[in-house]
Amino acid sequence: MIKVENLHKYFDKLEVLKGIDYEVHEKEVVCVIGPSGSGKSTFLRCINLLEEITDGAVYINGVKVNDSSTNINDIRTEVGMVFQQFNLFPHMTVIDNITMAPMLIRKMSKPDAEKLALELLDKVGLREKAHNYPQQLSGGQQQRVAIARALAMKPKVMLFDEPTSALDPEMVNEVLDVMKQLAFEGMTMVVVTHEMGFAREVADRVVFMDGGYIVEEGKPAEIFSNPKNERTKAFLGKVL
Amino acid sequence: MDFLDLRWDIIWNYRELFLRGIWVTIVLTVCGYIGGIILGILVGLGETSKRKWIYWPCKIYVDLFRGTPMLVQILIIHLAFIPAVFGQSFGFMVSGITALILNSGAYNAEIIRAGVQSIDKGQMEAARSLGLTQGQAMRKIILPQAFRRMIPPLGNEFIALLKDSSLVTVIAANDILYAAKVVAGAYQRFWEPYLVAAILYLILTYLVTKVVAFVEKRFSNDYNPRRKREGRVEA
Repeated sequence: MIKVENLHKYFDKLEVLKGIDYEVHEKEVVCVIGPSGSGKSTFLRCINLLEEITDGAVYINGVKVNDSSTNINDIRTEVGMVFQQFNLFPHMTVIDNITMAPMLIRKMSKPDAEKLALELLDKVGLREKAHNYPQQLSGGQQQRVAIARALAMKPKVMLFDEPTSALDPEMVNEVLDVMKQLAFEGMTMVVVTHEMGFAREVADRVVFMDGGYIVEEGKPAEIFSNPKNERTKAFLGKVL
Repeated sequence: MDFLDLRWDIIWNYRELFLRGIWVTIVLTVCGYIGGIILGILVGLGETSKRKWIYWPCKIYVDLFRGTPMLVQILIIHLAFIPAVFGQSFGFMVSGITALILNSGAYNAEIIRAGVQSIDKGQMEAARSLGLTQGQAMRKIILPQAFRRMIPPLGNEFIALLKDSSLVTVIAANDILYAAKVVAGAYQRFWEPYLVAAILYLILTYLVTKVVAFVEKRFSNDYNPRRKREGRVEA
């Protein structure tokens, strides 16, 4: 589904990703963990080309993302993304946030788009907030709307970039619950997270990154109970 | 005291010149402002471009027109540029509006650039991640938010342009100030004509402030801080 080959990323002279090879299969939930500055978010953002790829290749469903003949906008409609800072559109109501892209890009009619939006809001438990503005919602509610907004494009993959890191502790679970539900329904997901409990419980694979490399990768049980690499052990020792 | 003995009859005698002046000032300002907004949007967005061949011409234009006096710009455009390019002059109206468009375009460009760049980078990323093109994201997400922040400075620019339009009297445009100068020259009296000119400009700027306040209110409807507070209480 997602195939990453020898991915390198430089910010000016600073090499942030030093050759990443990885493959995410359909319906897999992959959690990416690691210390800050290890390149996790950059790795995620390279998948839908929010960061330019310096060298190497990313394929989504066999289509090379960083190819001049590829229309990146078409690819992005298939890849939902949820950000740490939610990034809801503050000048639109919740329901307009969700219907905007399907109407503009999928040419969905307004009634159809609104029906879909309400279904998605039901799913994240916020139907009654449809006509509020994002600023009127709590952080956790905003992030659930952001998930609904991404889902409205019916993506084949969802990318989560530290979705709970900007939330007050008591709101983390409401967002994780929505994500668990998605995983349970078979969505392919790549999640950059510091929530080790979530990774352990939900992930099919856990990827540990450090210093721009994938240091270790495996089933959550292996990584958390029996890490092989010293750096993984040191990191998990600190966070668990 | 001399100036208590004002002779308003001389203004009345020249009322048509003043009325004509008001009309000319309004036409110059409105045409200059509308043209300046359109030019400002193009140049302002050009200044946010990563492409050097778009960025640099925009940047140089803005620096040139913000860095030189408008009076000099008016004289160059009317006496040098237009005759050199077209072989003739088209009168003060064409020269005046051209100068006002070019001058206010440079200031508006800076307002629009700053407005666009003040919007959080995450907004563009969120829009692009949904599959919107750069242009769609600009139109649907960035500009509507940036526009609200641009209204007050763009309103100031309108008022500044209205007052600066008086500079076109140097190329014999018959605006408000020109009418005052004619009356002053004819009677060798200065209080009455220039006071009237000042009052007319004051009335016009006051009307513009009202329009700007209305626009500001109109476009802040669905982003109302008061409603935000009420919403919090409900939740």
